Amino acid sequence: MAAAGGGGDGRQLRVLGAWPSPFVNRVRMALHLKELEYENVEEDITNKSELLLASNPVHKKVPVLLHGGRPVAESLIIVEYLDDAFPDAGRAVLPADPYERAVARFWAAYVDGKLHGAMVMALMGTTEEERAAATADVFAALETLEGAFTECSGGKGFFAGNAPGYVDVALGGFIGWLRAWDKITGAKLLDAGRTPLLDAWAERFASLDAAKGVIPDPDHLAEFAKVLQARSSGAAASN
Amino acid sequence: MAEKGVKVFGMWASPMVVRVEWALRLKGVEYEYVDEDLANKSADLLRYNPVTKKVPVLVHDGKPIAESTIIVEYIDEAWKGEYPIMPADPYDRAQARFWARYADEKCNPALFPIFTATGEAQRKVVHEAQQCLKTLETALEGKKFFGGDDVGYLDIVLGWYAHWLPVIEEVTGASVVTDEALPLMKAWFDRFLAVDVVKAALPDKDKLLAANKARREQLLSA
Repeated sequence: MAAAGGGGDGRQLRVLGAWPSPFVNRVRMALHLKELEYENVEEDITNKSELLLASNPVHKKVPVLLHGGRPVAESLIIVEYLDDAFPDAGRAVLPADPYERAVARFWAAYVDGKLHGAMVMALMGTTEEERAAATADVFAALETLEGAFTECSGGKGFFAGNAPGYVDVALGGFIGWLRAWDKITGAKLLDAGRTPLLDAWAERFASLDAAKGVIPDPDHLAEFAKVLQARSSGAAASN
Repeated sequence: MAEKGVKVFGMWASPMVVRVEWALRLKGVEYEYVDEDLANKSADLLRYNPVTKKVPVLVHDGKPIAESTIIVEYIDEAWKGEYPIMPADPYDRAQARFWARYADEKCNPALFPIFTATGEAQRKVVHEAQQCLKTLETALEGKKFFGGDDVGYLDIVLGWYAHWLPVIEEVTGASVVTDEALPLMKAWFDRFLAVDVVKAALPDKDKLLAANKARREQLLSA
C-alpha cells in the first residue's frame, strides 16, 4: 500500500509487521480507523530485517511504527501515539474523557495481560496439563470481557459505544486467532452460547472497512499455528 | 448522596501505591489514604476492583480506577492545569510509556529473583537485573530526571527503585545499583529522593527493612 504522507504533517508512516500478529493487526486497524495512509512492510520474523532490528533493538519485535523514520514500538503505545500525533485525523481511538480513557486503558491492558498470555500457553504449553489450564484461563478471560462489554458499551455495538475505539482495537487484533482457534485446538472461543455479546461484536467489528484486509484468514492461521508448534517442539527436542 | 473527593486504597509497603501518591502530591491534590490488609481485603476494595482485587485503586468522586500506571495517567489528565506529569510531545510520551512498560514487564521480573537467591545463583540473577536496568538507564542520558529538568511520568514509575532497591540490597547482601554498574541510575536515585514530594510519601525505611528481612527468612526456610 503506497504511502502518500502520513496525515497533516506530511511525514511518511510505515508499519513493520507480520500478518499473523494480533498486535500488528491492532495498529493497522487503528490506522484505518484514523484514515491514515501508511506503507505496510511485511517482515519475515524468522529472518528479521536490519531495519526492524535497528528500530526496535530492545525487543526486536513487530509491530514497529516508523513516523518520519522515528520508531515507536508496542502496539498499544503505537495506537496512543497515533491519537496524540494525529488529533485531527479520522476518528480518535481513545475517548476524550479522562475517566473513560482510564477504563479503556484498563481493559486493553487486561487483553494483553490475561487473554494473550493464556492464549500463548494454551497453544504452546509443553504439557497437556499446562495447555488445558491455560485454555480454562482463556475462557475465563473471555467471560470477563463479555462483562466488560456490557459495562463499556452502554448497550451499543462496540466497547466504545456507537463507534469502535481503543478496547475494540485492542481485542479486535485477536479476532483472527479467536476465530481460528477451533480449527487449531478444537475449542471454540467465540461462541454465541457462551459469550453472545463478544460473538456478535466480533462479527460487527470484522465487517468494518477498518478491519477488512487485516484480519487473517482462519485457515492460514491454523497452518501458521502448526508451523509455530512444530518449530517449538523441534527446538525442545533438540535441547 | 454522591461520593466526593479522592481516595487511595493502598498498602504501606507497596511500591505501586507510592506511584499514585507521588502523582497526587505533585498535582497538589488532597486525598484520603485507606491502608489495606492484603490478607483480609476490605469490602470496599473488592467492590471497587472486582477484576484484579489489587492495590492501588484510586476512587475519584466515587469512580474507581485500577493499575498504577493507568492511575498516574488519569491523574495527569483529570488535573490537567496542574503540574504536568506526561511529556507534552507525542513522541516523548510514547518513549516514556515504552520505558515504563519495559521496566514493569522486564526489569521487575528480573529483580524479584534476587530476593531469595543466594551464592552463585544470586550473582547470576543480579547480573541479569543489572543488564535490564542498564538498558533502562539509557533513557536518563544527559538528563537530570527521566522527565528532563523536572520529575515526570517515568520518574514516578521507576522511582520506587530508589527507595526499595537499597532495602533489598541490604536484606539480601546483593549489590545491584552501584556506581560502577549503574552510575546514572545511582545518581538519579539521590536526586529523586531529595524531592520533597517524593520524600513525603515514602514508607519508613526501618519498617520496610524489618518487613523484608522477615519475609525473606520466611521464604528461605519454606
